[in-house]
Amino acid sequence: MDTTFERSYLKTPKGLASWLFTLDHKRIGLLYLFGIMGAFLIGGVFALLVRLELFGPDKTLMDADTYNQFFTLHGAIMIFMFIIPSIPATLGNFLLPQMIGARDVAFPRLNLLSWYVYIFGSVFAVYSIAAGGVDTGWTFYTPYSTESTGAVISMTLGIFILGFSSIFTGLNFIVTIHKMRLPGLTWYKLPLFVWGLYATAIIQVLATPVLGITLLLLIMERTFGIGIFDPAMGGDPVLYQHFFWFYSHPAVYIMILPGMGIISELIAVFSHRRIFGYKAIAYSSLAIAFVSFLVWGHHMFTSGQSELAATIFSFLTFLVGIPSGIKVFNWLATLYKGKITLDTPMLYALSFLFLFTIGGLTGVFLGALAVDVHLHDTYFVVAHFHYVMMGGTVMAFLGGLHYWWSKMWGRHYSERWAKITCALIFIGFNVTFFSQFFLGAKGMPRRYYNYLDQFQPLHAFSSVGSLILGAGFVVMAVYLIFSIFKGRRAGTNPWGAMTLEWTNPTPPPPENFTEPPRLEYGPYDYDRVAVERTDT
Amino acid sequence: MDTAGTIFLPPGSSTLAGDVDALFYFLVYASIAVFGIVVFALVFFIIRYRHRRTEKLATTQGPSHSLRLELLWSIIPTILVIIVFVWGFRVFIRMHVVPKDAMEIKVTGQKWFWSFDYPEGIATVNELVVPVGKPVKLLMSSSDVIHSFFVPHFRIKMDVLPNRYTVTWFEAIRPGNYDLFCAEFCGDGHSDMIGKVRVVSEREFAEWLETGTAGGEDLPPEQYGASLFVGRACHTCHSVEGQRMIGPALNGIFGKEHALASGERVIADENYLRESILEPQAKIVAGYEPVMPTYQGLLNDRQIDALIAYLKSLE
Repeated sequence: MDTTFERSYLKTPKGLASWLFTLDHKRIGLLYLFGIMGAFLIGGVFALLVRLELFGPDKTLMDADTYNQFFTLHGAIMIFMFIIPSIPATLGNFLLPQMIGARDVAFPRLNLLSWYVYIFGSVFAVYSIAAGGVDTGWTFYTPYSTESTGAVISMTLGIFILGFSSIFTGLNFIVTIHKMRLPGLTWYKLPLFVWGLYATAIIQVLATPVLGITLLLLIMERTFGIGIFDPAMGGDPVLYQHFFWFYSHPAVYIMILPGMGIISELIAVFSHRRIFGYKAIAYSSLAIAFVSFLVWGHHMFTSGQSELAATIFSFLTFLVGIPSGIKVFNWLATLYKGKITLDTPMLYALSFLFLFTIGGLTGVFLGALAVDVHLHDTYFVVAHFHYVMMGGTVMAFLGGLHYWWSKMWGRHYSERWAKITCALIFIGFNVTFFSQFFLGAKGMPRRYYNYLDQFQPLHAFSSVGSLILGAGFVVMAVYLIFSIFKGRRAGTNPWGAMTLEWTNPTPPPPENFTEPPRLEYGPYDYDRVAVERTDT
Repeated sequence: MDTAGTIFLPPGSSTLAGDVDALFYFLVYASIAVFGIVVFALVFFIIRYRHRRTEKLATTQGPSHSLRLELLWSIIPTILVIIVFVWGFRVFIRMHVVPKDAMEIKVTGQKWFWSFDYPEGIATVNELVVPVGKPVKLLMSSSDVIHSFFVPHFRIKMDVLPNRYTVTWFEAIRPGNYDLFCAEFCGDGHSDMIGKVRVVSEREFAEWLETGTAGGEDLPPEQYGASLFVGRACHTCHSVEGQRMIGPALNGIFGKEHALASGERVIADENYLRESILEPQAKIVAGYEPVMPTYQGLLNDRQIDALIAYLKSLE
C-alpha cells in the first residue's frame, strides 16, 4: 500500500463534493486544468476546421458565415478561456504556495470562487455558439459588432465574467506573494516563476477592468442604443479600438510573462546550473509589465489615428523588445558551463527559445511604422501572433506541465512518447505558421474565407502543418491520461531541482509540507551543492 | 526592386515601395543575424555541455551574472531598434504627406465593394484606373462598417471609416493590374471585396476619361449587362447558378412570384428589379438580411436596362 498516495491531496478527502467544494489550491489548480483543456480542445477543433476550409480557395467545407463564426470562436475561446488562465490558474495555483513554503494561497475561498466564475463565464461564451454564433472576430470591432446579428451579447458577457475570474486570481497571487512567503524567503530568493506570476498578476488586476468596461459599453450600445462606438448613433468606432487594445495589449503579456517564468525554471534545472542574471530576468518581467500599458496604439497604425500618436506608440513598442531580448540572452548564458540533460520539459524550453526568438524578431517588423503599414492585418500578423502565443506561451505551458506532471499526479508519463510528440508539435507548428509569414508579406489579408489562386500553395502547406500539429496533441492526450492511471510511480525529486515544491512528498499532502520546509539553499544554488535525483 | 518581386514581397510598383522594401530587407537580414547568433549559441552549448542522465550530478561553476554582458545585450539591441524606429518613422511620414499636385479620387467602401468617384464625374466599381507616374490622393470613407484599403504592390494600407475621411496616396511607377483588398474584417463578403487598380499611360488615361466607363455600351444589352454584373460587383453576393449566397440567386427569377420578409408576395418584373437595384431596402426577399447598398449614382439608366435584360435572359 502506497501511503504517500493515500495521504496525498488527490485521495484525501475523497468524493466528488470534496473536489467541487475544495479550498485546496492544488485541487483548484487541477479543476482549472480540466477547464482549460476542455477549452483548448474546442478551440483546437475550430482551428483545424478553419485550416481545412482554407486548404483551397472558395468553398471547401463550409459557407462564409460559418467560417467567420469558426475563426471568431477559435480566437475568443483560445484567448479568453484557454491561454489567459492557462499558466497562472493551473500551474500557478498548484505551485505558488508550494514554491514559497505556504500552506495555501491567501484567500482560498476567493480562489474557488474564481473557478466557478470561470466556468460560469465559459458557459455564456459557449452558449453563444448555440444562440446563433458570433462572427465579429475575437476583437469585436465596432460598428460591425454593433450591427452583427450574431449572439454578440452572450459572448461579450461571457468574456466580461471571465475577466472577474482573472482579476480574482491576480489579486490572490499579489497578496499571497507579499504576505505568505516562508520567513527568510526574501524577494531575491524567490523562484523566477514566482516573479513572472507577480508581474502577471499586476497586469491582470490593473488592465482587466478596462476590458470589462469596454464590453459593458458595447453591450449597452447594442441593447439600449446608447451611442458610444457606432457612428450611426453618434459614437466613434476608433474609440472602441483604443479601449479594447488598452486591455488586450497588456493581456498578451498576461499570457507570455508566466510562460517566461516557467522557462527560467526549466533552463536552470535542466542545465543544473545557477540561473544567469537572476535580477536582470526578475526586473525585466516588471519592466515588460510596466511598458505593456503604454503600447496599445501599435495595433492602430493604419486606423486613422494621428501620425504623432503612431510615432510615440512605435517608439514605446520597441522598448518592450529590450527586456525581452535581455531574458533570451540570460537564458542562453545559463546553458554555458551547465550540465544539460534533454528531458521532455527541456525540449519544450529549447523550442520556446527558438520559436519565441522568431516571434520577437518579427514583432520588430510590425513595430516599424512604414513596414507595418504593408504587413498590418495580413497573415504576417497571424504568424507573428502564433509564434509568440503558441510558440511562446503554449510551449512554456507544455514544458511546465511535463515538468510538474509527476508532482501533480505522482506518476510519470512515457518519456519516449513525450519526446516523439514534442517533435511532432515542433514540426507541425513551424509548417503551419512559418509559411504564413510568406503569405502575409505577399499581401494575403487575414480573416479571408476565399482567396486568390496565387496564395493557394502556401495555404495548403499551412493546412497540412495544422494536421501534424493536431495529431501531436491527440498523442499527448493519450499518453498523459494513460500515465495518470498506469504511469510509473514518481519520486520526490526526479529532476534534481532545488525549489521548495520538490522537497515535499509526491504527490503532496493537502497541507503541502509534512514538516516545515527548510531554507538551507536558494532556488538555484547548483554551485553550492550537488542535488541528487530521487525518483523511486 | 525588380518586377518579378522577391520570395517575400510582391514587386514594388509605387514610388514608396522601394523605401518600404529597403527597411523590410534590413530587418530580414538583421533578424537572420540575431537569430543565427541565438541558435548557434543554443546548439553549441547543448552539444558542448551535454550531460547523460546516467552520469552523477556534480556542482556546476558557471558565472552567475555579468554586468558587462548585461549592458552589452541591452545597449546593442537598443541602438538597433532606435535605427529601425527612426527609419520606419521617416518612411511613414513620407507615406502621409500627399504631394501638392496629386489628383484626388473619392473612395467609398461598402459591403462588399469599392466605388471610386473621379472629379470628372465618372464613377467606377471595384476598378480604380489611374495614370502611371502621377501622384494620386485617395479621400476615403465608408458607408457602413470599417473597411481597409490595401494594395500590396504599392505597400499602402489605410482603414476606411464610417464617420470621418481618411487619406492615403500613391504614385504608380509602371502600368499593370494590381490587386486591391479589403484588409479589415467586414462580414460575409469580406474576402470577395477585391478590386483592381489598373495603371495605364497618361494617354490611355485621357482616352478612358473621355469614354468614361462606357466600355461595352455598343454591345447587345444582354452582354453589356453580363459584363456589368461582374464589373459592378453584383456577383460578390448574387449567384446566377442557383446557389444561395449573401443575397438570393438571380437566375430564373424574372416573371415569377416571390415571398418577401414582410409577408407580402411580389412578381419580379422590370419595375421590381429596378427598384431593388436603386432602393434595395424597399422589398427584402424572405430569408435574407437587408444588407445591400444602393446603386443610386453608380449606374445610369442605360446600364440598369442592360442589367435587367441580362437577368431576364438567365434560366
